Amino acid sequence: MRVSADTLRLAVPVASFLLLLGGVFFLQPRTMSYNGLHLLFNLAVPIALATIAQMLIMAVNDLDLSMGTFVSFVACVAATYLHDTPLMGVLILLAAIATYAALGVVIYLRNLPSIVVTLGMSFVWAGLAVLILPVPGGTAPEWARAVMISKPPLVPMAIVASALLAVFAHLLIMRSSLGVLIRGVGGNQRSVQRAGWSILVARASAYALAASFAVAAGICLVGLTTSADANIALRYTLLSIAGVIFGGGEFTGGRISPIGAVIGALTLTLAGSFLSFLRISPDWQIGAQGAILIMVLALRLLLNRLESKGRVA
Amino acid sequence: MKSLMAKPWIWSFVAALSVWLATIGVTAGASFVGLSQAALTFAAFSVLVGIGQMFVITLGPGNIDLSVPATMTLAGTVALKFMDGHNGLIVHGLIIALAVGIGVGVLNYALIKALRIPPIIATLSMSFIVQSAAIWTNRGLRIKPPQALADFTTSTSFGIPNIALLALLISIVAWVLLHRTPYGRWIAAIGQSLPAARMAGIAVDGNRFVTYLLCASLAAVCGYLLACFSGGAALNMGAEYLLMSIAVVVIGGTAVAGGDSNVPGIWGASLFMFLVVSMLNTYGLGAGVRLIMTGAIIIAVILLASGRKAGAR
Repeated sequence: MRVSADTLRLAVPVASFLLLLGGVFFLQPRTMSYNGLHLLFNLAVPIALATIAQMLIMAVNDLDLSMGTFVSFVACVAATYLHDTPLMGVLILLAAIATYAALGVVIYLRNLPSIVVTLGMSFVWAGLAVLILPVPGGTAPEWARAVMISKPPLVPMAIVASALLAVFAHLLIMRSSLGVLIRGVGGNQRSVQRAGWSILVARASAYALAASFAVAAGICLVGLTTSADANIALRYTLLSIAGVIFGGGEFTGGRISPIGAVIGALTLTLAGSFLSFLRISPDWQIGAQGAILIMVLALRLLLNRLESKGRVA
Repeated sequence: MKSLMAKPWIWSFVAALSVWLATIGVTAGASFVGLSQAALTFAAFSVLVGIGQMFVITLGPGNIDLSVPATMTLAGTVALKFMDGHNGLIVHGLIIALAVGIGVGVLNYALIKALRIPPIIATLSMSFIVQSAAIWTNRGLRIKPPQALADFTTSTSFGIPNIALLALLISIVAWVLLHRTPYGRWIAAIGQSLPAARMAGIAVDGNRFVTYLLCASLAAVCGYLLACFSGGAALNMGAEYLLMSIAVVVIGGTAVAGGDSNVPGIWGASLFMFLVVSMLNTYGLGAGVRLIMTGAIIIAVILLASGRKAGAR
């Protein structure tokens, strides 16, 4: 039986996800229901969207340290302008996406370190968020709320949304010619250039696409929480990076996996619930999350070893 | 003059000086001594963690130590708890802080090496565990530092803060280490090309191990001093030093891709980062505008500095 490298790459995230899910079911059988799953994975949807956004930036060998503040900013816009004056809200979000595209262009043209530029931008987004919403509050747009709390038959919304996102991102990034171009830039920029493609367009679209996914993450988040504040999603920066790596992506070389990234985000969310079901002392909750991260990565190493052994034999 | 302008670190000093002048100008020179001493003191803490982070970044792409804040917190907490305000235990406290740093450094590199995890994820996972350990030891207690040590960290010699003198001493050692010892040459070589360095017979693993030890130890010393300076260890005391340690290194003209580092730039960038905040405070701007300005200035500096040479990503 031949298994493609991409499928193998997915094996670890899927295995660790199922293992953790089994653990949660074992500890708290009541989660094995429609409502239980809904509550388990509710907050995973915005995280999965932010992870796909981070993955697009990482596909062109950059890193976005402003992801968390940007999603917070979007959440603030969604809870104020997008609710009160929808047209204005849409314009602001479009401008934010255009800003991201411009960042991609500037980083390429001036050969800047993306880490520093996005670090600077994280202050800008945080500042804008504070200006828009100095105190926590605002109201989620009705339609965002309606989508997030809707109850499709048989399978909870969170699962449906994650699955749709995984399929959509997979088609967009692994199957479309734009996706191939973006990953090509991460793999070998010069050869893509020699082949006659515009690096500028590729990088600008990678950043714009990333911003679009991040905007979706912010709106989803507000749909869930019904109100926003300027610090609502700060932890998304590290979560999104961890989710991409978890899902089998690499920091360089355009090696990414959209389906893996979504599963990575779900796994990270699940790890939190798993720990609270274990009744670990609150002091060690964060530490246990670190331990789970390490265990999963160890598992990945083990499977990689098995894979290379299989090749020799 | 021309050779001076070509130095990668000159821009951070130009930026720091202009912000300093802009602040002094507003207050008509009234804040001359106070501002300069405060800038030197707070810059010194950034310099200490920045130097450690610089050695790690020198190792090449993907090498960043995210456990710096957690290490600072744990070292400060444990050392203060041990000293319990006794002047006679100051040296013991320092040794304990160093031991914490070395411990974290060893574990960090063990993860990187044994599990072949990218350093960013390894140090991130480790930082969760270290942070938990700090929460567990701290338990909301606020122990006062020994009086003699608190006095030392908050007073000045010859008009210059003691902390700044200490940081200067460590900077000189770091400069010698980087430019005048085989170790400095080796880590630069590893940063430029790891396979090439290995071919050339450099003990890659040993050097990387020492570098992660060094970074964690410096973070621990910084945490020890900061806890004494601020009159007690707080659980969030390291938080702002995560991005700060990376920002001062990169703004200081060290190549993010590794292999080309410098120490003086860290001083310029640290002074700059502190002065920007105090300048914006002096102008009496709101939190939102202040954040936006900070971000804009960081991006402006990196744009200016990038003019010096291409290929410094």
